[in-house]
Amino acid sequence: MNTLLEVSGVSVSFDGFRAINNLSFHMGAAELRAVIGPNGAGKTTFMDIVTGKTRPDKGTIRWGEKGISLLGLSEARIAREGVGRKFQKPTVFEDQTVRANLLVALRNRRGPFAALWWKPKPAELERVDALAETIGLAAHLDRKSGELSHGQKQWLEIGMLLAQEPKLLLVDEPAAGMTVAEREKTTAILVEAAKTRAVVVVEHDMEFVRRLNCRVTVLHEGSVLAEGSLDHVTSNKDVIDVYLGR
Amino acid sequence: MTGSFLKRNPSVPVVLGLLLLGTLAVAAMAASGGLSTSFVKTLGMTLCLALAALAMDLVWGYAGILSLGNIAFFALGGYMIGMWLMTARTEIIVAESLAGQAIPATPQEIRDAVGGQIFGVVGSADFPAIWAFSGSLPAQLALVVLVPSLLALVFGWLAFRSRVTGVYLSILTQAMTLALALYLFQNDAGLRGNNGLSGLQNLPGLSAVPQATVSLWFLWGSALALGLGYLLCAWVVSGKFGAILRGIRDNEARVRFLGYPVEGFKLAVFTLSAAITGIAGALYYPQAGIVNPAEMMPIASIYLAVWVAIGGRGRLYGAVIGAIAVSLISSFFTSGKLPDLDLGPVRLVWVDWWLVMLGFSFVLVTLLAPKGLGGLVDLWTQRRRPERHGADLGPDTGAFREKEAEA
Amino acid sequence: MMIRTFKTALVVTWLALGAVQAQAGPVQDLLQEQGALIEESSRRTIGPAIEAIVDSGLERVQPVLQAWQDKALWIDAEGRFWRVIEKDGDEILVDVDTGAEAGPADTAAMEQIKPNSGIRALIGTALVQFQLSDPNPARRRAALESITRDPEPELLAPLRASIETEDDADLLARKVRLERLLTARFDEDEAARVAAIEALSTDAAVETRAALNPLLASRMVALPDGETPEGNVARELSPGGDRLSRAAAYGALVDAGLAPPRPSDAEIRAALEANRANGEVGGVAVAALGDPQARARAYDALAAEGLVAPRVEEADVEAALAAHAFFDVYAEPSAAVTDAARAALTSIGIRVGAMKGVDIGLDALSLASIYFLAAIGLAVTFGVMGVINMAHGEFIMMGAYTAYLVQQIIPDRTLSLIAALPAAFVVTFVAGVAMERLVIRHLYKRPLETLLATFGISIALQQLAKIVFGTQARPLTAPDWLGGAWIINDVVGISHIRIAIFVLALMFLGFFLFLMKRTRLGLETRSVTQNPGMAASVGIDPGRVNMLTFGLGSGIAGIAGVAIGLYAKVTSEMGADYIVQSFMTVVVGGVGNIWGTLAGAAMIGGLQKGIEVLNPSNTLAAQTWMIVAVIIFIQFRPRGIIALRGRAAGD
Repeated sequence: MNTLLEVSGVSVSFDGFRAINNLSFHMGAAELRAVIGPNGAGKTTFMDIVTGKTRPDKGTIRWGEKGISLLGLSEARIAREGVGRKFQKPTVFEDQTVRANLLVALRNRRGPFAALWWKPKPAELERVDALAETIGLAAHLDRKSGELSHGQKQWLEIGMLLAQEPKLLLVDEPAAGMTVAEREKTTAILVEAAKTRAVVVVEHDMEFVRRLNCRVTVLHEGSVLAEGSLDHVTSNKDVIDVYLGR
Repeated sequence: MTGSFLKRNPSVPVVLGLLLLGTLAVAAMAASGGLSTSFVKTLGMTLCLALAALAMDLVWGYAGILSLGNIAFFALGGYMIGMWLMTARTEIIVAESLAGQAIPATPQEIRDAVGGQIFGVVGSADFPAIWAFSGSLPAQLALVVLVPSLLALVFGWLAFRSRVTGVYLSILTQAMTLALALYLFQNDAGLRGNNGLSGLQNLPGLSAVPQATVSLWFLWGSALALGLGYLLCAWVVSGKFGAILRGIRDNEARVRFLGYPVEGFKLAVFTLSAAITGIAGALYYPQAGIVNPAEMMPIASIYLAVWVAIGGRGRLYGAVIGAIAVSLISSFFTSGKLPDLDLGPVRLVWVDWWLVMLGFSFVLVTLLAPKGLGGLVDLWTQRRRPERHGADLGPDTGAFREKEAEA
Repeated sequence: MMIRTFKTALVVTWLALGAVQAQAGPVQDLLQEQGALIEESSRRTIGPAIEAIVDSGLERVQPVLQAWQDKALWIDAEGRFWRVIEKDGDEILVDVDTGAEAGPADTAAMEQIKPNSGIRALIGTALVQFQLSDPNPARRRAALESITRDPEPELLAPLRASIETEDDADLLARKVRLERLLTARFDEDEAARVAAIEALSTDAAVETRAALNPLLASRMVALPDGETPEGNVARELSPGGDRLSRAAAYGALVDAGLAPPRPSDAEIRAALEANRANGEVGGVAVAALGDPQARARAYDALAAEGLVAPRVEEADVEAALAAHAFFDVYAEPSAAVTDAARAALTSIGIRVGAMKGVDIGLDALSLASIYFLAAIGLAVTFGVMGVINMAHGEFIMMGAYTAYLVQQIIPDRTLSLIAALPAAFVVTFVAGVAMERLVIRHLYKRPLETLLATFGISIALQQLAKIVFGTQARPLTAPDWLGGAWIINDVVGISHIRIAIFVLALMFLGFFLFLMKRTRLGLETRSVTQNPGMAASVGIDPGRVNMLTFGLGSGIAGIAGVAIGLYAKVTSEMGADYIVQSFMTVVVGGVGNIWGTLAGAAMIGGLQKGIEVLNPSNTLAAQTWMIVAVIIFIQFRPRGIIALRGRAAGD
C-alpha cells in the first residue's frame, strides 16, 4: 500500500500548552481511518495542521507519490492538492441553493478569472445530479441550503467535498447531532467514498466508529496512543486508562 | 448560476427600463424649461452616486468587505479627470490672453503661464511630476480607472494577504482614506492642497455651450455609465464568481478549504469596485465643479455604506434605490427651501437637523429593517424570509443576517 | 543752525575770556572741556568726548551720561550743562556735579542736546561698564542682556574688568560666558580667541551658537583656474554641486566681470519686442517667433547688428565654468579661529542634536499619552468587549463640552476642573449605557452593523453639538498652575499641561489594571467576554455586565475629553480627529490587552513625532506616513504588538 500522507514528528504549542506532541501518522491512498480520543487530545488541531490552518513548530508532512511538503502552503493550495475537509459544524453556503453549493465545489480551475468566465457544462450538471442522488438531496437541489435540516447540511457538505474530488477526505465528527437513520446513511456514504480515496474520520462516538469498521488511531495528549482495529485498541490498557480516567 | 442571464437577473430589465424612462422624462422636462439646470445636475450627480453605491454593494453586500476606502477611489477619479479639465481649459484661457502680445508665445511660455495659473494658489508655478499626462484626455481617462485600481490593488494585496478581516479591515480602509486625504491636503502633494481642483464644470473648448445643455449631456452620460455598470455588476455577481463572493461573505473558511484563493477573489472584486467608483467620481465631479480633499473625510466614506444599507445590501437594485433616495431627500432637506419649523423654544432649521435625522434613521434601519428599502420590493414580489431563530447565514462578521436573507 | 553756531561761538568766547561763572565742579569742568564736541553731536567725532568723560573716573559721570542718552542734558544761556528732570509736570534743573535740584528750568531759554541714535548707542556702550559694576544686580543683569543682544568689541574690556568684582554666582557665570563669547569674536589675540572658542564647545545655548556662527561667515569668490584666493579659504566649490548651483556660479562670474552676462528668456523677449520693424525682427517674421529656434535666430541677428548683447550658449557657460575655480572665503582671516569655531560648532551640533532627541522624545511621550487617553476607553469597549463604537470620539467631545459648561458655572479654574472630571464621567457613562441598551445590545456579534449604527449616532451627536454650541471652538482654560512650562534648557522643555496629561494617562492605566484584575466587575467582564453562556450559568447577568462595562469605557472617554479639551480646542469635530488614530492604537497594540494599547499609543505617537523630525514644518505629512507605516506594520504583526495566540485568540 503506497503512502498518501505521512506526518512525522510534528509538534505545536499554544502559549506554552502542547496541543500536538511529536505526532507521527500515515495514510494509504484508499483507506478509511477513524481517529478517536478524549477531549483535548489534539484531534482538531491535527486536522488544522494537515489542512494548513495551523503551522506546526516542528516536524514534516509529506504528501502524495512525489512526497511534497505541505508545510508553508496555504489552505487553498493544500485543498487544490487534494485534501478535503469537513468541519464539525455543517458549513455550507446557506444563502445559496444546494445546486449552487455543489457547482461551486466541483473540481475546476480555481482562479478568480476562471470563475468569472465559467459556465456549467452539461456533464457537470449531470455530475451534480449524481452527487445529489448519492447524498440523498436530489429532491432539494433548488432549495436554499440554509433551509435544510442539520443532517442534510452535513450530507451536503460531504457532497461538496466529493465534488471537489479530493485524494484525502478529513471528516470532523460527521455524526454529531444526527438521528440513528441519518447516521446509517452517513456511514454508507463514507464507506462508499473510501473505496476510491483516503478518508479520515474524527469521531467521539464509539458506536459510529464500530459501524465504520476500519482501522482506528487513538490520540492522547497530542500523540498517538494506539493504532489498530477497534477491538485491538479498546483492549489496550493505556486506552482504557485514558477513557475511564486514572 | 444556471439559466439565462435575464433569468438569473430579473432586476436588470426593470432597472434599465426605469433608468431610461426617468432620464428621458428629465430630459424632456428640462428641454421644456420645467427643470432648473442645477436640479438636472443634482440628478446627474445622484446617478453617479448610485454607480458608486453599486460598486460599494459589490464589495460589502456580496463579498462582506465593509470598505470605507471607496470614497477615496471616488475622489481620485474626480482628481484624475479634473487634472485634464483644469489644464486644458487653462491652456485655452492662457492662449487667448497671450494672443494679444506683440510676440507669439513659445510652448514653454504657454506651459509656464498655465502652471502659474493653476498652481498660483499654492505659491508655485511648476507642474508637479504627477501632472505629466494632464494635457492628454485619453491618458487621464485611463488614469481615472488605473489610479484607483492600482491603489486598491496594492492596499488590498497588503490587507488581504495578512488576513485582516471584518472591522479591522474597515478601520484599515478608513485609515487609508484618512492618510490619502491628509496627504492631498498638503500643498507639496501637487494637487493644490485644500483648494483642490476647481472650475471643473467648464468644459474646455465648449464655453459657448450653455451649462443647461452640458448638464443634460452629463445626465445622459451618468445614466449610461450607471446602466453599463449595472449590467457589469449583474454579470459578475450572478455567475460562479458571485457565488464564491457570497460564499466568502458568509463563510470564508469553507471557500478556502474548497481550494479557492480567497485573497485573489477579494482583491479582484475590490479592484473592480475601485475602478467603477473611479469612473463614477470622474463623472460626478465635473458636475459638482470642485473636488478637494475634504470630500474624503471620514464622514463621507460612511455615506456610501449608508446608501447601500438603506437600500438593502446584497441586492444591486438596493444600492441604486438607496443612493438615489437618500441623496435626493438629502438635497431636498439641505436646499434651504423647506421653511424652518418653530417649536417654541427650539427652532428646527432643516439644513442643520437633517444630518441628525439621517444619523438616527440610519441606526433605525440597521436595527429594525436590515433589508432596507429593498425589503419593500420583497413585499411586492412576495418573497418570504427563512425562519432561522435569529441565526446568521454564516460565521463571518460580514455574513447575511436572518432578516436579510430570502428563502 | 545759525543759533547753534552763534552759541558755540559764545561759549568759546567765554572760555577765552576766562569768565566762567558756572558752579564749580569736576563734572561741569569736564563737560565744558568737551563742550564743543558734545554740541557738535556727530557720531564720527563724539568718540573722544565720551572716552574722556568715562576715563575721568568721576562718580557723578554715570547719571550725566544717562541724561545725555535720554536727551535730558541741557545747556543754559551761560553755556553751563544741566540735567533736566521732570517732577510733577514741572521741569527742574539738576546740578551735574552734586545732583542737587536747582529750581525750575526755563527750557525756552536753554538748548537741549539731542544725540542721534548712533551717539546714543555709543553712550549706551559707555554706560554699560558702569552698569556692569552697578550695586543693583538687576541693573547688572540688564547690562549683560544688552551686551548679549548687541555685542561690540569695546565692551570686552569693561566686561573683563567687572568680572573680578562680581559677587553674585549666577551673574558671574553669565559674565564669564559672555566674556568668552566676546573674546571669541573680538579679542586681538588669536590664541585667546581659540581658547575661548574651545571653552565654548560644551555650551549648547542659543546665544553661543549665535556668537560662533558669524565667525564662519563666508563669501564666494570666483577666480580663473590655477589662482588661489587670498585670505582664509573655507573650501573649493564645484558648480552644480550641493553648495553651488551652476546658475549661481555663472552669476558670480558675471558679477566678477569674468564672463559676459547671459540674457534671460524674458530679456530676449523684451529685446525682440523692442526691435520689431515691418512685422519682422532680425529678418524673422514676428508671427514665427512662437518657435524657440526662430527666436534664437532673430535674436542672433540683432546681436550681429550690435543692437543687443549676444546670447550665451550652454556650451559657453560650460567652458566659462570649467575655466574658473570657485571658493568660499571666510570673512575671518585667522584659520586657527575658523577651525576652532567649526570644531566647536560641530561638537555643539552633536550636543544640540542629542538634546533635540530628548525633546522629541518628550513630545512623542506626550502625544502617546494623548492617544492612550483617547484610546483607553476603546480598549474597554472594543478591546475587551469586542464592540466597535464609532461614536467613541463623540463621547470624548461630550466630556470636553461638559467641562466647558462646568467652567461656565464655577468660575474658579481649579475647582471647576475638579468638578468637571466626575461630571464628564457621569454624562458620558449615562450616554454610553443608553447607547448600549438601545442600540448595541441588539447588534452583538454583528460588528460591521454596530460600526455603521454607531457611526450614524456619531454623525447625529456631532451635528447636535454643532447646533447647540455653534461651529466655533469653545475655550476650556486650564488653571494657572497648569499654564506654564518646565524649561530644562534652550532646547528641552515641556508644558505643564502635557506633564499633567502624562500623569493622567498613567493614572488611567493603573485604574484600568486595578479594575480588570482586582474588582468583581473586571472578573465578570472577562468571564462574560470569554464565555457568555458559562458566565450566565454561574449567575452573572451578561446584559448588566455588558451595560456597565460599556458605560465605563464611555465614561473614561469623557474624562479623556476633559484632558484633551484642555490641551487642544473644544469643537464638535474634536472627537472625529482622534477616532481613527484611537482605533489604530488599539489594533496596532493588540486587541484585548491594555499593555498592547499602551505599546500601540507609544508606537503611533513615536512614529508620528519621529517622522515629523524629517520634515518639521509638515505635521500633515507626518500623520500620512504614520498611517502608511501602521498599515505596513499590520502586515508583519496582524494581531498587533502584543498578540494573543492559539485558541484563546478565537480564530
